[in-house]
Amino acid sequence: MQAMVYRGPYKIRVEEKNIPKIEHPNDAIVRVTRAAICGSDLHLYHGMMPDTRVGSTFGHEFIGVVHEVGPSVQNLSVGDRVMVPFNIYCGTCYFCAKGLYSNCHNVNPNATAVGGIYGYSHTCGGYDGGQAEYVRVPLADVGPSIIPDGLDDEDALLMTDALATGYFGAQLGDIVEGDTVVVFGAGPVGQFAARSAWLMGAGRVIVIDHLDYRLAKAQEFAYAETINFTEVNDIVLELKKQTDWLGADVVIDAVGAEADGNLLQHITASKLKLQGGSPVALNWAIDGVRKGGTISVMGAYGPLFSAVKFGDAMNKGLTIRTNQAPAKRQWPRLLEHIAAGHLTPRDIITHRIPLEHIAEGYHLFSAKLDGCLKTVITFED
Amino acid sequence: MPYIATDHLRPSADELRARIPGWGADLDPADRPSVPKERTDLPTGAHWLIPDRQPERQPRERSVEHGMLPPVFGTTAPLHGVSGLVRGFAYKRFSEGQTAHWLLLVLGDRIDVWGARVRSVREGRPDNPFAETGVAAELRGHPVQSRLGRGRADVKHAWLDPLLVVGPAALVVAATAVLARRRG
Repeated sequence: MQAMVYRGPYKIRVEEKNIPKIEHPNDAIVRVTRAAICGSDLHLYHGMMPDTRVGSTFGHEFIGVVHEVGPSVQNLSVGDRVMVPFNIYCGTCYFCAKGLYSNCHNVNPNATAVGGIYGYSHTCGGYDGGQAEYVRVPLADVGPSIIPDGLDDEDALLMTDALATGYFGAQLGDIVEGDTVVVFGAGPVGQFAARSAWLMGAGRVIVIDHLDYRLAKAQEFAYAETINFTEVNDIVLELKKQTDWLGADVVIDAVGAEADGNLLQHITASKLKLQGGSPVALNWAIDGVRKGGTISVMGAYGPLFSAVKFGDAMNKGLTIRTNQAPAKRQWPRLLEHIAAGHLTPRDIITHRIPLEHIAEGYHLFSAKLDGCLKTVITFED
Repeated sequence: MPYIATDHLRPSADELRARIPGWGADLDPADRPSVPKERTDLPTGAHWLIPDRQPERQPRERSVEHGMLPPVFGTTAPLHGVSGLVRGFAYKRFSEGQTAHWLLLVLGDRIDVWGARVRSVREGRPDNPFAETGVAAELRGHPVQSRLGRGRADVKHAWLDPLLVVGPAALVVAATAVLARRRG
């Protein structure tokens, strides 16, 4: 089969690999029909996530058709069209039993601080991802769901991570009616978080980024006010000015490890890999939120330390809520929102690229060329 | 009026409902699927107390913070060569709480990349930086229009990037050459 393969920072290629085998009785092998490149894939692509091995296949957003099932699989059959949440989880461990699927303790030998994620380095379990013609889906009775009739394939694809994570991020903000919600990052997850904040009753939603085309999208898609942080001297001060000098009620960090806007932070984290991530957006969140406010973090950071202004967070009495989204837990409600027309996920897709050109897809997304916001990888039927 | 929160910028709920599809549909926290954070009544489809144990066909590294090898694990790109020794040492010797654990894994990554480059030449399929970096996308991606005159924060320091990426390797090569010359 053809698969995207990591060759080192900024380098990937398509290689011939063996079709994955059933390795556990509850495995399924899924033939991938659509995959996506996630903003967090760029952290791997840029060499920021420890234990990203040459030869690995990325991709934690994908849908497909069940090609083979292991002997203990009861809930899926060959030929089922499935969407697969980016989390790999067992459903019964100490954490899964509490609904914390993204924190499963039974699927990742390499680290205890994070669960299992498809195609996201050995730090997340050493699983190959879905930017390939076939993928191994462990614990198939728990993760994947049959794609409901009437749900568009691309909407289903975005539910596997970007939409679920954005919606989850808004929930982490504990938004109450009338809240001013600031979202750092106008990528796909930020767009979905901003749109979801309205569902939860926000009174104002302000999206901040430095890419003008993404801010324009946030105005149109997420009905948000926007600020380009390169056009103001001090984004924290600007936020204070815009919020009666108090700060926002809720700030959502949808940027994560490679935030720009502070040269020292960006270079030490993104270029020299001396920090787990460049916490520029997180520090702006801490300083831009009001005292007693809430910060939601679902932008991804690496496991090394980061230079976070924790003193301000403590003195302001902030609530900081974080996690990888338990994607499948969001699905029933997201399906209702899509059916009702409240959410239109596929509107954020800007590029569709066949697997053979995936290296160009990564470059386009990484370099922010051609108005790239979300790239879908297509496969021959 | 400073230091008193006002609603002067906030539209009314009716205005928002009219303008934004679904505004307030999840106002009630009971409609939010991850509220409360922890719930024990969710069906998962699991029909086991503990998943069956996946056969360990070759020794599988694990964090020392795991009491035993978890029952399910990925098998892609197993440890090998010098990078495998470094990574294996990181897993065996240091917990996730130790910075050395992560720095050794980062070192293992860099060794892995250099080893792969050498192997790719030996195997007759050398890395092709032009194809693998995807820079061909520049041809159709409006490279100038996408970057210039738009105030992008990343473009302002883009000139530094090649130095930062190539610089450390170039320094190592230069230092090695100087040392070799002195000894020679």
